[in-house]
Amino acid sequence: MTVFFGDYSAYLMCFLLLTVGLYGMLLKRNYVKKVIGMTVFQAAIILFFILLAYKEGGTVPVKDPTISLEQADAYMNPLPHALMLTAIVVGVATVGVALSLLIRVYGGYGSLDEEKIQQEASK
Amino acid sequence: MIAQHLPALPILLYLFLALLMPLAGKIARGLPATLAWLGSTVVACLGGYGLWLTATQGPIHYEMGNWAPPIGIELIADPLSCFFTFAIGAVSAFVLLHSRESVERDVGGRSIMPYYASALLLLAGFSGIVGTGDLFNLYVFLEISALAGYAVLGCGSPKAALSSFRYLIIGTIGASFYLLGIGLLLANTGSLNMGDVAEILRVTGLDSSTVLAVVFILVGLGIKMALLPLHYWLPDVYTNAPATSTALVAPLGTKVAAYALLRLGYEVLPYEALAVDLRVFDVVLALGAVGIIWGSVMAIAQDNLKRMLAYSSVAQIGYIAVGFGLATPYGYIGAVLHVINHAVMKACLFLVTANLERQGHGISIKGLNASLRRKMPVTCACFALASISMIGLPPAAGFFSKWYLLLGSYEQGSWAIIVVIVISSLLNAVYFFRVLEKMYLGKDDESETASESSRLPIVMSVSTLALALSLLVLGFGNVVIVSKFISPMLPGF
Repeated sequence: MTVFFGDYSAYLMCFLLLTVGLYGMLLKRNYVKKVIGMTVFQAAIILFFILLAYKEGGTVPVKDPTISLEQADAYMNPLPHALMLTAIVVGVATVGVALSLLIRVYGGYGSLDEEKIQQEASK
Repeated sequence: MIAQHLPALPILLYLFLALLMPLAGKIARGLPATLAWLGSTVVACLGGYGLWLTATQGPIHYEMGNWAPPIGIELIADPLSCFFTFAIGAVSAFVLLHSRESVERDVGGRSIMPYYASALLLLAGFSGIVGTGDLFNLYVFLEISALAGYAVLGCGSPKAALSSFRYLIIGTIGASFYLLGIGLLLANTGSLNMGDVAEILRVTGLDSSTVLAVVFILVGLGIKMALLPLHYWLPDVYTNAPATSTALVAPLGTKVAAYALLRLGYEVLPYEALAVDLRVFDVVLALGAVGIIWGSVMAIAQDNLKRMLAYSSVAQIGYIAVGFGLATPYGYIGAVLHVINHAVMKACLFLVTANLERQGHGISIKGLNASLRRKMPVTCACFALASISMIGLPPAAGFFSKWYLLLGSYEQGSWAIIVVIVISSLLNAVYFFRVLEKMYLGKDDESETASESSRLPIVMSVSTLALALSLLVLGFGNVVIVSKFISPMLPGF
C-alpha cells in the first residue's frame, strides 16, 4: 500500500484535481464557478501529461554537453511538454470564449446564477 | 501540384480565408459572405477530386513541414476523409449561399464579418479533423471547431448565449476526456501518429491502461457526437441558435465526431480486442438503437419545429452509431452513406426553418397552416422531399442508407436492430406527416395573399431547392457512390 502511494501519489493527486474540476463544472450553480472548475479540470490534464514526461533523476530536455546524446534516459521526455503548450493555449481560448458568452448571458438575464436565470427564462 | 498537396489544401484555404475576413469586410459589406461561399465551393471540388484520385490511386500522405511521420504531424487524404471533405464543402457551400440575409437579421450589422470568420474557422476545424493522421492534432482541430462553434451558436439572443455556454461546458469535458485518453495511449505506445499507434497496439494488445484510454476516448467522442446518454446539450443549442449557425453545425458538427469514431474504432485501436474483450461495438450498437427510438419519441412530443429537428438529429446519430456498432461491411456502408444523406437532409430542413422565420411565420407546428403552400411553394416542396428522405421512402436518399443498415443487421443476425429501424421509420413518419398534413391537407382560407415585396429572395429558395434535389441525386446515384467510392474505403473486417 505504501509502495503504491509512494509510486503513484502524484497521479492520485492529479486525478483528485480532475474530480474537483469535474465536480465544479457539473454541480456548481454559479456559472463563473463552472468556468473556474473548467480551468481546474484542464490544469489537471496538463499536469497529467507533465507527469508522464517525468523521469527519476532526469534532467531538463535541453542538450547538455556533459551528457552524451546516447543517454536519452538522462533527459525528461520533451514531447508532452510541447503538446501541453498547445493544450494550454486551447484552454485559455476556451476560457475566453466562455467568459465572453457569460457577458452576453449577464447582459440578457442580469445574473449568473443558474436558478435565477431559469426563473428569468421561464417568465 | 494539387494532388500532391491535397490533404493540406482544404484546411489552409479555410484558415487563410478566415484571416482575410477583416480585410474583405473593409472592402465591401457583402464580400465576406461571397468569399466564404467561394471557399466552400472550392473545398467541395477539392474533396470530389480527392475522392476520385484516392479511389483510383490509393491514399495520399502529406508530411507537414517536411517532418517524417512518427515524429512530425501527418495529414492523410484517403477515400473516407475525402468523402467527408466533400460533404463538408458541399453542404456548407449551400448553407453559406443561403446565409447572407438571415445572418444580417440574426446577428446584426456590425458582427457580420466576425460571424463569417468564425464560420470559416469552424469549417477549418472540421476539415482538419477529417484530414489529420495524428491523434493530438485531432484534439487541436476538435477544439478549433468547437470554439468557433460556440461563438457561432452563441451569437444572437442571450438565450442562444446561455445554451451555447452550457454546450461549452459539456463540450470541454468531452474534448478533455479525449485528451486524457490520448495521454494514456501516449504513455503506453510512445507515439501519437495514428498508423504508428495502430501497429504498436496490434502487437501489444490491450492492457488495463489502454482499456482506460479507450473508454476515455469513446466517452469524449460520444459527447461530441451526441450519442444517446450524452446528448443533452444538443436540443437547446440547435433550437436557440441563429438559423444559419444551426444549419451549419447540425449537419456537420456531430458527423465529424462520428468520423473520428469510425477512424479510431476501426483503424487505430485494435479491432479484435475492442470487439471481443471490450465489446465496444455492442455497447455503441445498443446506445445507438436506444437513441434512435428515444430521439424519435421525443421529436414527436415537440411543438417547436427546430426542436423537433434537433431531437430527430439525436435519432439520426443513432443510425450512424448503429452502422458503426454492427461492424460489418454493410453496416459501415450504411453509416458512411447516412452521414452524407443526413447532412444534406438536415441542412435542407434547417434552411426551411430559416425560410419560415424569414417570412415571419414562426416555427411552432401548431401555428403552421395551409396558406403556406401557396405563399412558399418551393420551401414547402423542399420540406416534403427532405422529410420523405428522413422517413426513408424510396427513391429519396434516406431509404438507401437505412437499407444498407438493414442488410448489415441481417448479416449480423441482430433482428432487434431490424425491428428498431423499422419502428423508428414509422415514428419518423408520425412526426413529419404531422407537419406535412398542416402544410398540404389543412384548410386554406385564401384571405391572405403574399405581397410581391415579401417574396423569399431567389438565392434562399435556390439553395434550399438544390439541397432537396441533391437528395434525389444521392438516392438515384447510390449504387455508383457505394461501388465506386465507399467500397474502396472499407477497412478489413
